[in-house]
Amino acid sequence: MTRNKMSLSLAMLLCVAFPALAEIDLSGSWTAKNHEDNMERGAGPNPDDWAGLPFNEAGREKALSFSQSTISMPERICWFQTQWHIAAGPFSLKIWSENDPLTGKINAWVLGGWETRAPMTIWMDGRPHPSKNAPHDQTGFTTGSWNGDVLTAYTTHIKTGYMRRNGAPSSDQATITITFMRHGDMLTLALVMEDPVYLTEPYILTRSYMSTPTPVAVAGPPCIVGYEGVEEGRVPHYLPAKNPFIDEMDKIYHIPREASLGGAETMYPDFRDKIKDKFVIPPKCTRNCGAPVPGQN
Amino acid sequence: MVTPAPGDYQSVPMTMAAIKIADAWDPAKDEAAGDQCKSYGAPALLRVPEHLHITWQDDQTLRMDADAGKQTRLFHFGDWKAPGGAQGDAGPTLQGDSVAQWEIQRAGPRPVNGSLKVTTSHLKAGYLRKNGVPYSENAGLTEYYDLVKERNGDLLMVVTIVVTDPMYLREPFIISSHFKKQDGDAGWNPTACSARW
Repeated sequence: MTRNKMSLSLAMLLCVAFPALAEIDLSGSWTAKNHEDNMERGAGPNPDDWAGLPFNEAGREKALSFSQSTISMPERICWFQTQWHIAAGPFSLKIWSENDPLTGKINAWVLGGWETRAPMTIWMDGRPHPSKNAPHDQTGFTTGSWNGDVLTAYTTHIKTGYMRRNGAPSSDQATITITFMRHGDMLTLALVMEDPVYLTEPYILTRSYMSTPTPVAVAGPPCIVGYEGVEEGRVPHYLPAKNPFIDEMDKIYHIPREASLGGAETMYPDFRDKIKDKFVIPPKCTRNCGAPVPGQN
Repeated sequence: MVTPAPGDYQSVPMTMAAIKIADAWDPAKDEAAGDQCKSYGAPALLRVPEHLHITWQDDQTLRMDADAGKQTRLFHFGDWKAPGGAQGDAGPTLQGDSVAQWEIQRAGPRPVNGSLKVTTSHLKAGYLRKNGVPYSENAGLTEYYDLVKERNGDLLMVVTIVVTDPMYLREPFIISSHFKKQDGDAGWNPTACSARW
């Protein structure tokens, strides 16, 4: 969602920098409440919808070269998303702790994996991150620390991936910080991606979950590579200035290209002044309109 | 960022009664009735692109001003009671009556972390989304305010928002918004409510 600004904060009122002394239990099954960012967390975002992404020029150009058929390449069909998929994917969470068998001390928290994302192990035992030259993978390497009852996890060593499933790229230099805030049966995550290769400033998403007694499955069925219309060796892509969807958001939502192509200024409320005079409420919604049918979130 | 199309209700767990009302959304009618602010009520205010200004009005009242729609919310601490009875009840309002309490984590006598919980009732009916998704006067609002410090030193205020409404929501509507602290008041631009933008 659009990032807003506050001119005076609650910083003097809420305590944010005290030592870790009041850890809480995060274990259990947590249902994703997908009451926002519906398409991003559901069937997938519209092509070329990068509004609110603090892209630099390289990020934008790489995204514009993306063809959705890329994920049907035999080499990519079973390719995991990075841990950023926690922010941008649809799924619920299963969380548990790994305890030292002798002392009972929690060595790690684990966020169970999905069929499209590897489990995340958050090491709590003080181990350092590997050398910057160590191998990267989609799982990455994550350490955590408590600040009172708030857990902060920091992930490095991830491979190139996507911030959005419409091809918005993240590099192997990206890092992810996740803050876990529990309020009774509700868990809110604030996720921050920093990427010196494709972003000019941090990209932030928040989302919430509800505790559920229904067990959340920790992985889907094994992925099997099949033919999805892309021959082995072919790399679907668009050449510069040839992306056919560049005005898709304008056609559907009347969001002009200068907004849909992203950039840091599109995260902030001031940007709206730039497009206000051009905007006309679009005609009645005809696809992806919601509301959810009874029984869905 | 912009006003959604009529009929775009993605993600909102609306009842059929709510869909019927939203399908009849007509911003011209709201303007004619002087109801341009229906999408700036407390349950929706922190979803509007905007700047916030938060100050103590007095020892027991935290004040939140939003430049979008020139709205003001008051968070009352202590044993504050909504005016009523002999004092007279002004009726439900756009921003409702908000009671606030700190949720402080302590280790012994020392506070180690905390959130602000705000519960709001006595709301005038309004829109959860600018395109007419309704909430009723029976809606309730619970919010949790947390501060998150980014690695680059920026400070975020993360607000978890829970709206309940037995008339127009099939289940609690749960969303979250985040705001970045800025040092000055750059960009502060009070603007009147709009039924269309």
